[in-house]
Amino acid sequence: MSGGVPPQAALADLSAAELAARLAAGELSAVEATEAALERIAATDGRIHAFLTVTAEHALAQARAVDDDRARGAPLGPLAGVPLALKDVLCARGIRTTAGSRILDRYLPPYDATVVARLREAGAVVVGKTNMDEFAMGSSTENSGFGPTRNPWDPGRVPGGSSGGSAAAVAAGHAALGIGTDTGGSIRQPASLCGVVGVKPTYGLVSRYGLIAFASSLDQVGPLTRTVRDAALLVEAIAGHDPLDSTSIDAPAPDLTSGLERGVEGLRIGVVAEFLRGGVQPGVRARVDEALTRLDKLGARLDEVSLPSFEYALSAYYLIAPAECSSNLARYDGVRWGLRAQGAPDVVEMMLRTRSQGFGAEVKRRVMLGTYALSAGYYDAYYGRAQKVRTLVVRDLERAWQERGLDLLVGPTSPTTAFRIGERADDPLAMYLSDVFTVPVNLAGTAAVSIPAGLADEDGLPVGLQLVAPVLGEATMLRAAHALEQDLGFDNRPSQVLARAERAGGRERGDRPGEEATTP
Amino acid sequence: MTATAEPTTGTRHHETVIGIETHCELATATKMFCACPTAFGAPPNSQVCPVCLGEPGSLPVVNGRAIEWAARIGLALNCTVAGRSQFHRKNYFYPDMPKNYQISQYDEPLCTGGRLDVPLDGAVRRVGITRVHMEEDTGKSLHVGATGRIHDAAYSLVDYNRAGIPLVEIVSEPDMRSPEEARAYAEELRAVLLALEVSDAKLEEGSLRFDVNISIRPVGSGGFGTKVELKNLNSLRSLYRAVAFEAERQRAVLRDGGTIVQETRHWDEGAGRTASMRSKEYATDYRYFPEPDLTPIVATPEWVEQVRSALPELPAGRRARLAAATGLDARTVAWLARDPGTLAYFEAAAAGRDPKVVATWVMGELQRVLHEQDQTLAGTLITPQRLGELLDLLARGEISATAAKGVLAEMATSDAPPRTIVERKGLAQLSDAAELEAVVAEVVQANPELVAKYRGGKQGVLGALVGQVMRATGGRANPALVRDLLGRAVGGPGG
Repeated sequence: MSGGVPPQAALADLSAAELAARLAAGELSAVEATEAALERIAATDGRIHAFLTVTAEHALAQARAVDDDRARGAPLGPLAGVPLALKDVLCARGIRTTAGSRILDRYLPPYDATVVARLREAGAVVVGKTNMDEFAMGSSTENSGFGPTRNPWDPGRVPGGSSGGSAAAVAAGHAALGIGTDTGGSIRQPASLCGVVGVKPTYGLVSRYGLIAFASSLDQVGPLTRTVRDAALLVEAIAGHDPLDSTSIDAPAPDLTSGLERGVEGLRIGVVAEFLRGGVQPGVRARVDEALTRLDKLGARLDEVSLPSFEYALSAYYLIAPAECSSNLARYDGVRWGLRAQGAPDVVEMMLRTRSQGFGAEVKRRVMLGTYALSAGYYDAYYGRAQKVRTLVVRDLERAWQERGLDLLVGPTSPTTAFRIGERADDPLAMYLSDVFTVPVNLAGTAAVSIPAGLADEDGLPVGLQLVAPVLGEATMLRAAHALEQDLGFDNRPSQVLARAERAGGRERGDRPGEEATTP
Repeated sequence: MTATAEPTTGTRHHETVIGIETHCELATATKMFCACPTAFGAPPNSQVCPVCLGEPGSLPVVNGRAIEWAARIGLALNCTVAGRSQFHRKNYFYPDMPKNYQISQYDEPLCTGGRLDVPLDGAVRRVGITRVHMEEDTGKSLHVGATGRIHDAAYSLVDYNRAGIPLVEIVSEPDMRSPEEARAYAEELRAVLLALEVSDAKLEEGSLRFDVNISIRPVGSGGFGTKVELKNLNSLRSLYRAVAFEAERQRAVLRDGGTIVQETRHWDEGAGRTASMRSKEYATDYRYFPEPDLTPIVATPEWVEQVRSALPELPAGRRARLAAATGLDARTVAWLARDPGTLAYFEAAAAGRDPKVVATWVMGELQRVLHEQDQTLAGTLITPQRLGELLDLLARGEISATAAKGVLAEMATSDAPPRTIVERKGLAQLSDAAELEAVVAEVVQANPELVAKYRGGKQGVLGALVGQVMRATGGRANPALVRDLLGRAVGGPGG
């Protein structure tokens, strides 16, 4: 990058809405936009490793189809020709889909996820499948079976997880749009750590059909983008009832973009006390406090609110999610697809060896936790009690909306900025604490968004602010997020992010734990 | 040791306690959680999709028809349909189960607390129904190796066509006390399922499967003995034999001072015995939990009433109606009303005729002919109308019973009316007294010794003379007329 900004950098800095407008106006072709994205991936993804599979041929074929449609005057989808990075946990017919696991290294799904089909209808061009923590279990993307992704702001740091690949791809300008999944914060936390916008929609708003399950009652697909408007556009494209998902909400896709400019005047926003107690990095706290001040100035009414059950949400989450995953991951046994261990004397041994070889440490840890939590004699004490906590979290939130009359809740997305690669890898509990502010939203099934709130003073890394909405409160939530985003004017243009990382690279190098041992 | 249903002297104060878990595949057009077809016998793995193969990311969607049919079964068994029920996951590893968990129901089943009144030897035995719940079937493994069992197979093949077929599990209370009762329950339950038109209920194809729990206990004891589960009961005959064998085996174990081990035993039809099965690997704790991919099943009272009001006539109702209309005895009624097809056949054939005669022919000669010709009641050329015509000829004395049997056999392979067959074969009964008198005269003349005996008071020899006349006429003579003519020709006994 020292040789100056390459020509495609200008395109990389454009939002999806801007790209779509240029494409629609005929100033840019879908093939040009796609080729530019593929070139950027080729140029910079060697360092970042956001992608597990780059689908150049598929992408160019799809881009040509969009251009043909446009030439014929056929109606174009709202995202026609816009490059998109798809988390490798969503099935796309005939395209390698690994869920970040060695056990699915060569898995080719025979069908499309509903989200993938809807993205195609909207005209978005999938340029590749992005890296992730194995089966979406993790908060750093270090649990990928294929090596970690690096944070575009600082290659020595993690991008967050589990949707770290999509967050990094969007932050680095590999694609204007990213798709992630959020089970306990896996969209919002990497959005926070990579300085982008991430939305966890209401449970059931986006179909889970074709989403490789981690924890079925918590998983939800959502966007990672650089602007709130792009996130709204992307939710509109993928949301809406799907008869193939029984937990899908039977309602039409919401209109999220038309009211985006209405501001926050008169909105009642609860500042969650439990989100600001101890453990929050000072630089994170400072940016969050500033954002609260801005919201106040913009006309929102801020109110402190206590949600006592949130203290127990993380513990409950780490019983419910592993319990569901222990069952969901049982199908990876070497019998039908994916890895099969060779040389086993019988089928039981084959299954055992396949799972021992194919799964990474964190997946094994959670399968064991979940198996234990569901076992006879322990069910009531663990899974049963965790479900009771879940009910309490739902009730606390209901009280906030109903009795306190709040429209939204606010707090930091993550207690810290991006941590160093390896820093928490051997300390699962420290890693699990990354999700402490995000998991209550998944337990309650409501909506939340993380937007960049600036850079932390102590490390100069992005801070994320989380807004939480009631069930199907996406329109109000994104309206507030948009107002704050416009007011804060955070600069997350990829050209700037990458240039900054380049400058910081020299200072950071040799400063990483794990490298000190080998680098004198 | 031999299998026997007789109480054994050494343990005559022990009674057998039997409960039956029935698995019934529903004959819905599509599977329980996907749109794959359910036809039996398709090429392996030709009726599969991402959902029933458990492909990563696939999700189940409930087949509403299957729920309705399961409720229909529950209501026919006098169960209560729960306003809210729930699917659970039953977790265990087995290669023929694509997801390594089965979507089933656990503590919130669709139907609970019913009963089935089972006809047995002209009386009624009431068997409690604990629950009726929904689940999905597994695939089928073919283990290639010496024994055909998984543990020493060289390799195994799996066919997932069956995976995901809707399965209803019907659990009885431990209310049966003998192999006869167990068989009668199974037979009656099968009849109910057929009447409901929810399953083809074929034991030999596995669309109806019985697992029997059996234990013995001292008569009058309120508790239960250690139970043994019997599997591989592929016919009602197997079920009967297996229960009889196992009850006797358990008695013998106790008699010899042993203890019953709780286990699953496999019925070996060829050897006529049960044998201990190795338990499923890691099957001890199923770690049930609510299926998060499905929402609870909500059954409104209106819907339940709608399903109830659409119930067809059940076997018990059919029997009551038939008994009232015909005055036939309970066993005959039970036989004729065992399935809707048999009953409809009988009713059509019996219209305007003597039900007793028609019943005798349907249950006896007709079954023999069908068996010989390897035909079914539904498929044979002997329609109820044709059978009725034949019985009319018999009733009017136009043919003899012997001739009628021959005509019936002919009717199975010919679409000609019985009268035509009778004419073609020259089987019409000789009722012309003038013609018969000549034959009678010949017979009397040819058998002076018999005639003398008869005249000496040995009435029994008349039968022999009648037989001679019948032979001489090729069986066509009207026996009553022959008897009459013979009596007159030789004069009364002692006269």
